[in-house]
Amino acid sequence: MSYIEISGLAFTYEDMEMRFDLAVEQGELLAIIGPSGAGKSTLLALIGGFEQALAGAIRIGGDDISALPPAARPVTTLFQDHNLFAHLGVAQNVGLGLHPGLRLSKADRDQVAWALGEVGLTGFEDRLPGQLSGGERQRVAIARCILRKRPVLMLDEAFAALGPALRREMLELVLAIKARENLTVLMVTHDPEDARFAADRTAFIADGHVVLSGPTADVLSSPDPAIRAYLGS
Amino acid sequence: MPLLARIGLVLAAALAAATILVFVLLLGAGGAGAPQWDYIGRVLAFTFQQALLSTLLALLGAMPMTRALARRAVFPGRSLLLRLCALPLVMPTIVGIFGVVAVYGGNGYLAAAANALGAGWRPGIYGLTGILIAHVFFNLPLAIRLLLPAYAAIPAETWRLTAQLGMGGGDIFRVIEWPLLRQRLPSVALVVFMLCFSTFAVALTLGGGPRATTLEVAIYQALRFDFDLQLGAVLALIQAACCAAGAWAVWHLGRDMALGQTARLVAPRFDGQRRGARLADAAVILLGTLFVALPLLALVQKGLAGLPAAAAPASLMRAALVSLGLGLGGGLLATAIGYALATARQAARDAGHRQRALVLALIGRLGLFVSPMVIGTGIFLAASGQVDLYRFAALGVIGLSAVMALPFVLSVLEPALADSAARHDRLCRALGIHGWHRFRAVDWPTLRKPIATALALSSVLAMGDLGAIALFGHKDMVNLTLLLYHQLGAYRLDGAAATALILLVLALLFYWSIERWVGGRELH
Repeated sequence: MSYIEISGLAFTYEDMEMRFDLAVEQGELLAIIGPSGAGKSTLLALIGGFEQALAGAIRIGGDDISALPPAARPVTTLFQDHNLFAHLGVAQNVGLGLHPGLRLSKADRDQVAWALGEVGLTGFEDRLPGQLSGGERQRVAIARCILRKRPVLMLDEAFAALGPALRREMLELVLAIKARENLTVLMVTHDPEDARFAADRTAFIADGHVVLSGPTADVLSSPDPAIRAYLGS
Repeated sequence: MPLLARIGLVLAAALAAATILVFVLLLGAGGAGAPQWDYIGRVLAFTFQQALLSTLLALLGAMPMTRALARRAVFPGRSLLLRLCALPLVMPTIVGIFGVVAVYGGNGYLAAAANALGAGWRPGIYGLTGILIAHVFFNLPLAIRLLLPAYAAIPAETWRLTAQLGMGGGDIFRVIEWPLLRQRLPSVALVVFMLCFSTFAVALTLGGGPRATTLEVAIYQALRFDFDLQLGAVLALIQAACCAAGAWAVWHLGRDMALGQTARLVAPRFDGQRRGARLADAAVILLGTLFVALPLLALVQKGLAGLPAAAAPASLMRAALVSLGLGLGGGLLATAIGYALATARQAARDAGHRQRALVLALIGRLGLFVSPMVIGTGIFLAASGQVDLYRFAALGVIGLSAVMALPFVLSVLEPALADSAARHDRLCRALGIHGWHRFRAVDWPTLRKPIATALALSSVLAMGDLGAIALFGHKDMVNLTLLLYHQLGAYRLDGAAATALILLVLALLFYWSIERWVGGRELH
């Protein structure tokens, strides 16, 4: 039995009927690739609890979590944009991961400072998100993910807006945190290079279904016509 | 510079010059001795007091209502309710006043309900109470419509984040909603305050004698009845100074106050799912709806009941035609001037003349600072002896109501033009499309909707305006607004009810048909 088991998860958006089946092992990084509009982000929204499935089950560590509210699920999502509140400082944005009403003790504030150190932003506590670069903003959001201590991290095209070098740097940061905290990571990306660099396994999604999942190299070299059409080779 | 922008500059200069000339004329004209400063002081104090209380009450009601509406993105009747909130803005003021009287007045629903319960109580609506109720009736929906877009601007990810972090209703209010409101509230409060400060129709009809007189009403009385031109001009200068201070503050507090299209659907939220929160929101929405809808219901019911007592069909028909003609004339003039002014302002901005753009925006908003009564009397004075005022009264009404409607036209057109310029200017310059070709191929298709909204809005504002017609109207030029005012003053309430209903229906039909015919189909 796998750590994450998604079976018969059904959802309808506009006219597209989706049905997902997927298994993910504990501690692995699974890349999710596929054409835009295929349902990649919808799958993450279903797991995160932002959309309600019509049928099917999501098991993590053996428990069905589909009825739990988002905050109670053992997952945390990093979006591409708007991960931070623009009117709150960096420390407050990270602190929200410890207390949703921002009632932080001295120990909490120490933890915030530590988490900021982990993502290389020591001393950034009082800056506002508007004063940071795109990469720095995502680092702040990652610091909050660390403090939330959820065993599953989901990246929803989180680094798509960054340049190649910066993206590589962020992926290295995620890999380091994943190794230390023994996280399981689901990473939606539109760049196969991200998958090749960071993912143990890759799932290819088209038309609301998981077409193929397996070792990244195998999936990327699969003769499946949909995958070949997507990769353009 | 495009031709239209040049025309806009000339028009702005003419407007500013005419205003200055009016004040010079009035201050130079004879008065009734030295101004009575204690009278002016009393009027000023009451004007401030009622405006402050009105603003406070309107916002206290609008905040929970906006929050409940933002939290409940989907419920049956939501879009209808939002349309209802737009109604007091396009409804002729005097019609709204009649609705308020029909609910809270001596013979209104409230008194009837008290009677049925055995309490022999007659509410007194004339004076401060009535002014406050009417102002809240008009401005609570306006405040909701100005506050709600702030919620719609919150990205969907933010709500997902609140769910992911497990934020409760209180946390969300403290961390997200309050900072948002704190940014937006001061500017909304000032807009409401200024509207209540320069109120005319409400204070004229509901104000009770010298104890409840506002500046604008005092100006009207000085000019129309006492013919004390100097006092009128002095009062108008005081009002202009107060409004200028308010406008300066609005300018510095926030500029995102466009009266645009209806707020788009708010992104789905995850909080407020508990029973208590649902009940609280339902109660707030129900109360707010009742407050806005009851006067309208009363208006329709009493209007239908009063039809047999309506004025003679011939005079009603005549008044309706006068209303339509003056409304369309004022609306067309306001929209044409507004389009030229907005084009001139956009050209000034594009050329980097920020001060010129600011001055142009301010001149377009003269109607918010300078008492229309004073402008009207100035026209009167300048024209008397030269033209036959009796014959040209219609032109006076149209011109005056156009100046009054201009700020609203600009608040629709300016953002639309800025948006269009940002999107199309480079491409048009690269392709060499300009002048008439550009208007036909690019600007008209994209700006047609806002132009239609501006025209519809200014036409119904001109149609329902009481100030201009009260000043220039005479026995052969009576529109529905003036007829209604006379009927209310003579306590012919059944006939007034019928007139009010007819005026409301006519104004709404007028608004919708202009928006539909000029605005065309929905653009994708």
